[in-house]
Formats: sequence, C-alpha cells, structure tokens
Amino acid sequence: MTINQDADCLRDATLVPHRQMDLEEQPLLQVRSVSKYYGRRIGCEEISFDLWPGEVLAIVGESGSGKTTLLNCISTRLTPTSGMVNYRMRDGSMREVFRLTEAEKRFLMRTDWGFVHQNPADGLRMSVSAGANVGERLMAIGKRHYGDIRQTASDWLEQVEIDKDRIDDQPRAFSGGMRQRLQIARNLVTGPRLIFMDEPTGGLDVSVQARLLDLLRGLVAELGLAAIIVTHDLAVARLLSHRMVVMKEGRVIETGLTDRVLDDPQAPYTQLLISSILQV
Amino acid sequence: MNKPVSSVMQTNPLIVSDVTKSFTMHLRGSITIPVVSGVNFTLKAGECAVLGGPSGVGKSSILKMIYGNYAANTGQILVSYRDRMIDIVTADPRTTIAVRRETIGYVSQFLRAMPRVPAIDVAAEALVEQGEDIEIARNKAGAMLARLNLPEKLWQLPPATFSGGEQQRVNIARGFLTNHPVLLLDEPTASLDAANREVVIGLIREKKQQGVALLGIFHDADVRSEIGDVIIDVSRFAQHADRTNSPISQSVIADYQ
Repeated sequence: MTINQDADCLRDATLVPHRQMDLEEQPLLQVRSVSKYYGRRIGCEEISFDLWPGEVLAIVGESGSGKTTLLNCISTRLTPTSGMVNYRMRDGSMREVFRLTEAEKRFLMRTDWGFVHQNPADGLRMSVSAGANVGERLMAIGKRHYGDIRQTASDWLEQVEIDKDRIDDQPRAFSGGMRQRLQIARNLVTGPRLIFMDEPTGGLDVSVQARLLDLLRGLVAELGLAAIIVTHDLAVARLLSHRMVVMKEGRVIETGLTDRVLDDPQAPYTQLLISSILQV
Repeated sequence: MNKPVSSVMQTNPLIVSDVTKSFTMHLRGSITIPVVSGVNFTLKAGECAVLGGPSGVGKSSILKMIYGNYAANTGQILVSYRDRMIDIVTADPRTTIAVRRETIGYVSQFLRAMPRVPAIDVAAEALVEQGEDIEIARNKAGAMLARLNLPEKLWQLPPATFSGGEQQRVNIARGFLTNHPVLLLDEPTASLDAANREVVIGLIREKKQQGVALLGIFHDADVRSEIGDVIIDVSRFAQHADRTNSPISQSVIADYQ
C-alpha cells in the first residue's frame, strides 16, 4: 500500500457523518451504587452514573484505582458485591443485567455489547484466521451463509484498515496494532450499541496509537455507539471521550465534561493527576 | 434549568448574570485565586461585543466559562438552544455538548487537532457535526482556507507541523464555517499578517449581517475599532473592584426568572 492510498483510507475514516445525540433520549445504561469488595479490600465503592446512546465515557485513574474492577462489574464479567446495573434492551425496556435470563445475557454478550481487551490475545482466537475471528460473532447470532459471512468479514477488515488479502492469516502473524484493529472489527460486526474498552491503546507505539484513536473516534461517531473506556492516559481520554470519571482507591473523585475536568480540575487529586503529565 | 422561549431570547441569545470565578490551587496549600465576580452582560444578535481590559484580568476565563470549559462558581450563563434557554453553569455534559454543536461556536487561541487528520477535515469537522454532507463541508472548507490564503498544498496535511499563523487560519476556518448563533473569539487575529487580518474582519462583518452574536478578545486596537459594537470592560469584574451592574441587562434577566 502506498502512502497516498493510506492517506485516502485514513481520510474516510476520520470524517464521517455524525449520528446526532438527542437530548430527549433515555439513558442506555444506569449504574447504581455499585460496590465490589475483595475480602476487606475495596475494589470499587458506591459508583453511580448514567450513560446515554452515543456517549463516550472515560474512566481514568492510576493503576489500582478500581477502574478495571468497575468496568468488569458493569459488563457482568464480575459480580458486584452490591448495587445495580440497568440496561435498556432493544425493545426499550430497562432491565437489571444480573437478573436477565441466560438467553438474554447471551444476546448482550454476543450481539449488543462488545468488549475490547488491552491485550488482543484475550479477545481474539489466535489460531484461527482473521476472517473467522470476525465471522465467529456472526455465526453466534445465527448467520449461516458462508459467502455472506466472508463478505461481511472482509468489509469489516477494510473498515479497520486491514488489507483484505490478510483475511486467511492468523492474528499471530499480525502486528500489535493490527491485532487490536481486528479485535475491534470482531466486536463491531454484530452492530452493538455499547462497547467496553480496557486500555485499548495500551502497549502500542504512539504512531499506531494515533491511527487506532482516529479509527475509534470515527467509528463511534458514525455508528452512534456508546462506549466506556478505561484508560490511564489522559490524552486518550481527551481525544475520545465526552465525559470523564476520575477514580482513586475505588471511589469517584470527580466527574464532568472531559475538557472541563482536564482544563479546570476541581478536586485536589485531579489537580495532582493533571499536573503530573509530562508536557511534550 | 430550562426557561421558556420568549422574543427576548432571539435578540439576546446569551445572557451572563452574576457569574463568579476563582481557582483553588490544592497543590499550593489550597490558596484561592479570585478571577472575576459579578459578571453581567447580554449579547445581542448581529452585534460584536469586545471583552476589554489588561491581560490577566479574566477575559479568556469568561469565554471559557461560557463555552463550559471552565466551571463558574456562581451565577447563570443562559444560552438559547432550540426553543429554550439553557444554563451552562448547571448543565450536564451532554447538554453542554449539544449547545456547543448547535448554539455556541468557539475559535480558541490555539488549535488542538486530532493527530493525522488533514487540515481540510479539521476545518470541515464542526460543520459535519452540525449535519452537513461531508463532500459539501469539504468544499466549503476548501473555499474558506483559500479565502484565508492557506496554500492548497497544505490542505491534505495534518496541521501539527504548520506555523502558528497557518494553524490559526485552520482554526478560524473551522470556527467560521459553522452556523452557530453565538460565536466566541479568543484573539483570532493574534498571529496573522495584515492581509489575513482583513479577511477575518470581513468574516466577522458577514457573521454580524447574518445575525450572529459575537463575543471576542482582540488585542489589536484597529481590529477592535473596526468590528466592535460594544466594549465590555472586564476590569470592573475583577475581584475587589467596584461592582457596576448594568441596569439594562438586569431587567432582561428578570424576564427569565
């Protein structure tokens, strides 16, 4: 691929029609007083917030602040010690996610939700082809026609800027950035409404990071996805998120519009966190 | 938070009422630095108001509070949004984002752009967010960059490597392309040469004719006198200064309460 083609491909990914946020909409997700204790140790405590369709929320804090624990509690990968998580199903009804039937839970995990792991190996099957990694989620929701599945997989590889002729290669032959983009394609192929991401750019070179951020920003705006992104990188939070939650020792320290929290931090801890960033 | 629509709203799309701002520096023994208090003024559609006063007096802070980028400590910042007034001081993040998309545009002093995004797309982006077709938005962005004398060979490059003046012109194109009824300008002409300063003066005149309410900081006295209709002297809001509230803006605000 020449540099020029690369630039064209990039341009289409960065300027996309925006699905407009509507102030009359109902929240997609409600988190109410969620706490998780590991024995006597606090994982996260008394966390409450709402998330609306199309909204990107960043959860930031240092390692050990409880942000991944919170993400796992909301996405049902962990069971909270107490509290409630409500999700608006596609029929408009608000349901408590820990009280769903097994079939409903499967629908969320396989179709309506996505989970992008920091380490792509945790979210991909490394020994099957890239096409199969994307196609698998489609088969899980009942798609059977081989040609259709392969075509959809190939379209999604293109969307995440992976050359179509890599469709039969295994992800172990991919670079870190490509694996991460493949993981994103695998998650988005079913048309989810909510994506959870745990340090999606962690461990990537900065140039690869910039490309991924670009891609994520375009996809989120175009598809009107809601997303919860856990990151310790405040620059990633500024570029991707509308709203920010700052956590420390399992508790929420400050929350608000992302640029307001970063440019006019109110809490002592947030001021410390932001003043500690190295300027380049 | 939401006030009913009235005819005052169309002619006064922004009303700032008794706003106070101070910074508490928790890392320096929690000292409080007062910035402004008793900020009262009203913007009129089709007028350009200029924030005046020496540097450090709080002009940029006022713009940033109106945009929701700084938190005001007290007071109201009422902005017209569709059929209602929204108070930016108490608005939740998604409401502030909606107001930024539709009502308040902002040309900041420095460009903050996504890495790898070409200049023409940086310029077109805010217009696309307002729902404009991508190709039409790119065409309009190209025409605006040409008007601002940005060489066409730069349009497909990301602005990170541009000079200060080139970056500022991308920023100006981005801010002036949109259809916002309120436009905030933080020294848009600071790093421009005389020819481009004239272009910006022309753009501001056009916005005024379209009925846009503008609020700006201009250190250049010539620009100020060419486009300014009203001077708002920020030193009278500087804390410890005498509070002189205009009785006119007070009565307008009373209409909403």
